[in-house]
Amino acid sequence: MTQTVAVIDYGMGNLHSVESALREAGASDVAVTADAEAILAADRIVFPGVGAIRDCLAEFRRLGCDKTLRLAVERGTPVLGICVGMQSLMARSEENGGVDCLGFFDGTVMRFPWNHSDTDGRKLKVPHMGWNQVSQNQNHPLWDGIADNAYFYFIHSFFLPAAESDCVTGLFDYGIKGSAAIAKGNVFATQFHPEKSHDNGLKLLANFLTWDGIC
Amino acid sequence: MSLAKRIIPCLDVDQGRVVKGVNFVGIRDAGDPIEIARRYNDAGADEITFLDITASHEQRDTTYRTVEQIASQVFIPLTVGGGVRAVTDIRRLLNAGADKVSINTAAIFNPDLVRESAERFGSQCIVVAMDVKALDDGSGRYELFTHGGRKPTGIEAIEWAQKMADFGAGEILLTSMDRDGTKDGYDLPITRAISDAVDIPVIASGGVGTLDHLVAGFTDGGADAVLAASIFHFGTYTVAEAKAHLAQSGIAIRV
Repeated sequence: MTQTVAVIDYGMGNLHSVESALREAGASDVAVTADAEAILAADRIVFPGVGAIRDCLAEFRRLGCDKTLRLAVERGTPVLGICVGMQSLMARSEENGGVDCLGFFDGTVMRFPWNHSDTDGRKLKVPHMGWNQVSQNQNHPLWDGIADNAYFYFIHSFFLPAAESDCVTGLFDYGIKGSAAIAKGNVFATQFHPEKSHDNGLKLLANFLTWDGIC
Repeated sequence: MSLAKRIIPCLDVDQGRVVKGVNFVGIRDAGDPIEIARRYNDAGADEITFLDITASHEQRDTTYRTVEQIASQVFIPLTVGGGVRAVTDIRRLLNAGADKVSINTAAIFNPDLVRESAERFGSQCIVVAMDVKALDDGSGRYELFTHGGRKPTGIEAIEWAQKMADFGAGEILLTSMDRDGTKDGYDLPITRAISDAVDIPVIASGGVGTLDHLVAGFTDGGADAVLAASIFHFGTYTVAEAKAHLAQSGIAIRV
């Protein structure tokens, strides 16, 4: 039986990368769409996102994708959020002067501190851009076959502090502990970009394609 | 645990073919950017930069197609630069599969392009490329140049970097025109000065000839990433050798 994956297309950012990485990871049927029927008919859903969160959420809501996603999550469809997709699942973000998000998870997304530095006083650049290690602080089927502290590609200026949520399943350290991944029920979301994280990212996507949504 | 320093092979592409020659050990020069990008992806490169040096505007469709094909086969970040003049160019490149777009000359003639595109697409995908030369007046100052280092702008390099960061650039690609192609190593003083002057990541470029030059780019230059073309293209070193050397030198690197 062919499994279908819907990548939610709300007009923000480059969805081809997500689509081609899913295909490389083994997905045979990938639809990039905002159509509620197509999304609800899919066996699994990817919620990507890049750019400013206020614009992302405005478009997402305008297209009615928030209602569609809520319904799909209630039905138990496995969902993978990526980057701003993950941040949008939280209760709130401080970006763009403060934005109410979708509220699938408690917690507020914040900016890295201005004049950010590590414990030795060395300046840390923002965006947090590049390959950082992810410590798997909770077991999850999506970590199967991926080494603890494996490298993933991050690119973001806003983040979910680890202390903000009980659902953190992966941590990164950038002078401050941040949430690299969060999970609850049939929803898994990453701050990093699995579609840009080479073998580790492709493995995570392959795990998502076989995940039954139970953890 | 820490953020790894990045190694970025750079492809100069003219009308859909890699120029400057590429000659991997044991593999004949292909000139095909898709094949070469795929090889660097497999070899452990942290990112790939694609600079379109095609002079004529009519050839741009070739570029978009090439970017699309690279993006469908490469699962690491892809930066595309060259000939970016307007917001619509940026949108098309991002839609074609670029993760970041590098703006050079257009930023000088129209700095608001940087502000506008950072607001629209997010700072994370806007790279400002700077070609600089040391002034020969003994001042230790550096000036911004355009047209491959031929045309001076009268703009001082550090001030420009700060202005671009304020305008929303997410990263700076700093090329020393004095060092480019020399194999004498990166221009470390200006790399350090700009890295210290801005809070966004800085990529060192121009002049790398040895693996110790890569190390110096990070340690003395304070760069967050190093760009290299010929040492990798001609097979002088592999990406793996470069990473092993950096790791031995105490640089945090993704292996």
